[in-house]
Amino acid sequence: MPTPLHSEAREEERERQAGFACRVFCCAGTACLSAEGEAVWESLIDARATHGLKDKVDLVRTGCMGLCSKGPLVRVEMADVAPCLYGPVSAMFARLIMTEHVAPALARGDEFIRPEFLASQALPSDLAFFAQQKRVVLSRIDRADPERITDALAHGAYVALAGALEKQPQALIDELQASGLRGRGGGGYPTGQKWANAAGTEADRRFVICNGDEGDPGAYVDRSILEGDPHAVLEGMLLSGYAVGASHGYVYVRAEYELAVRRVRCAIEQAREQGLLGDAVMGSDFAFDCKVFTAAGAFVCGEETALIASIEGQRGTPRPRPPYPSECGLWGCPTVISNVETLANVPRIIEQSAAWFRSIGTADSPGTKVFSMAGRARLAGLVEVPMGTKLSTVVDSLGGGTKTGRPVRAVQIGGLSGGLVPAEQLDTTLSYEAMSELGSIVGSGGMIVLDDNDDLLDLARFFLQYAVEESCGRCAACRIGTHQLLNLATKIREEGATDDDLVLAERLSETMQATSLCGLGKAAPRTLMSFLRNWSDLVPRKETSTGGDA
Amino acid sequence: MKVIDTVAGRHSGSRADSGLLEALHGLQAEHGYVPRQEAMALSRRLSVPLARIFEVLTFYSYFRLEEPGRITLSVCDGTSCHLQEGPVLLNALQELLGIKPGEATADGAYQLNVVRCLGCCSCSPVLMVDDKVYSHVEPTDLPRIMKKHPPIVNKESNDDAHSTA
Repeated sequence: MPTPLHSEAREEERERQAGFACRVFCCAGTACLSAEGEAVWESLIDARATHGLKDKVDLVRTGCMGLCSKGPLVRVEMADVAPCLYGPVSAMFARLIMTEHVAPALARGDEFIRPEFLASQALPSDLAFFAQQKRVVLSRIDRADPERITDALAHGAYVALAGALEKQPQALIDELQASGLRGRGGGGYPTGQKWANAAGTEADRRFVICNGDEGDPGAYVDRSILEGDPHAVLEGMLLSGYAVGASHGYVYVRAEYELAVRRVRCAIEQAREQGLLGDAVMGSDFAFDCKVFTAAGAFVCGEETALIASIEGQRGTPRPRPPYPSECGLWGCPTVISNVETLANVPRIIEQSAAWFRSIGTADSPGTKVFSMAGRARLAGLVEVPMGTKLSTVVDSLGGGTKTGRPVRAVQIGGLSGGLVPAEQLDTTLSYEAMSELGSIVGSGGMIVLDDNDDLLDLARFFLQYAVEESCGRCAACRIGTHQLLNLATKIREEGATDDDLVLAERLSETMQATSLCGLGKAAPRTLMSFLRNWSDLVPRKETSTGGDA
Repeated sequence: MKVIDTVAGRHSGSRADSGLLEALHGLQAEHGYVPRQEAMALSRRLSVPLARIFEVLTFYSYFRLEEPGRITLSVCDGTSCHLQEGPVLLNALQELLGIKPGEATADGAYQLNVVRCLGCCSCSPVLMVDDKVYSHVEPTDLPRIMKKHPPIVNKESNDDAHSTA
């Protein structure tokens, strides 16, 4: 429901944009910035000044546009013409975009024909990478400036909140439960159920935590959302807070995500100025404020009870559940802890209804999922597809196969907590139910495409090494198990496997999966085990003197 | 001491140690690491035993107990970088600087670290210099990148700095 705040923001944006005949969007996600994106931005500003177009051309820095492997990306938008996306853009090419595209197009109007040398660096407008996506969570990320709240407001941020504040909290809980939204961080627990549990537990204080401790190597979904649309996450937290009766929130972000930390802090400050956070949210009697908590580099803190311990100033070790945080969390109070992408879904559901959300995805996994595709994928970056999309669609159509031209051997999904999906099973759909049947998970959204030159056993060792270093040491299954499994994997890689080694690996991984305290120990054996089970022909075997086959 | 005072002011009383991570982040931002003297001062200020502080300090890999080099070079070893020449980049840096990961050059100019996934997986291999991320880094790019981050040279250690960089 649009409020005076929104009308004002829209009016302000309209006034700001009124004189602009052209808008040039420049991606300011970490990936593009790392590829000299800063120089591209400066070059655009400089070239605009050279042509005296400051009043005619609007320059906007946005969140991640998605196609990170072609970054830095620049998009030119003019009325009545299809938007044009360029990439990779160098500082010099950025100048050319302004000189040879924007300036002459504005001068000549319909008679402008884009020179051939520019077209060669433009990405086709019907690129499957974009055309086959369904953008719900990422709807605003490539068009609004994450550091200017009026831009976010003009694009519909906090509209859901305004509507929600007119309703009873229970109505929100019912709506979210009806939507079937499940946690996007890995666990897949129904978010509405968490809300109901937290609201139903007697307490003086309740808390909302955003879990942005995205530690899985290969995943950068949460980082991109925090950087590109921090207001969606804040709005999700506000809605959670209103639904369960919490007045404080924490955004827990990895310290390594420097840009994300900065953008979220900036968003919180601007939201406070607009009265969206504080003692009277949007003039209502609902009070809510939140702050950023920077993590300190412990993978296990992605586990919710460890994360809570870390905010409390303790070592980040998990504790047995139940009780779940929704009943007994931060400082013993009921706490709703949700992943970044989950929270970004919440405002969309509240605004557009549970039924709408259920119209996307599958019955058991409604909605979309954002994946960060990397590895050997030809087109790598951030993609959002409906749940239930075939893995092969994402890898072959959106990703365009491998950049090496070699056949795909496997796709590693869900980072440390996931597993390897063999090329023969790429027809599997991306949904909680289908992935768990394969012994993998949708997880944090990391998706690494591997070709037939990649050493899967080395990859399995890499994950185990990671698990050894990140195991918090609290339970023996994980502390000792990860070490032993790493030794075994190293031995198999160097000397070849005996039958006993394979039996031992199987038993060890079963024990770890059954007895580890948290997800780290349970998941650590997954990649090795999916390798040993699916690629028995690639497992190096040890010649035995008794004549066992090699 | 300023950091400690702000944090201690916010978290006094029964939940004194809840501000611990925040205080440690503050100390590290100020000094580049958490000096033992400062940890002891923090212990007195928050009335939290020193052992409790070190228990936390040593658990989290982000906190450093020793003074790092002035410029921090972090090589990403996430899945994507690991597969795509990340280890080659690390070797090149080790050779160039003559140090191993976790070490600083003798003149204190450069610190070499290996980090877990910086989340730039589509741009592997990735190198972070202080807070600036560089993508698709080839060993031949290293001199150019390092030239952009000249270590602030102390007058007395001027000669040393040049010999390593």
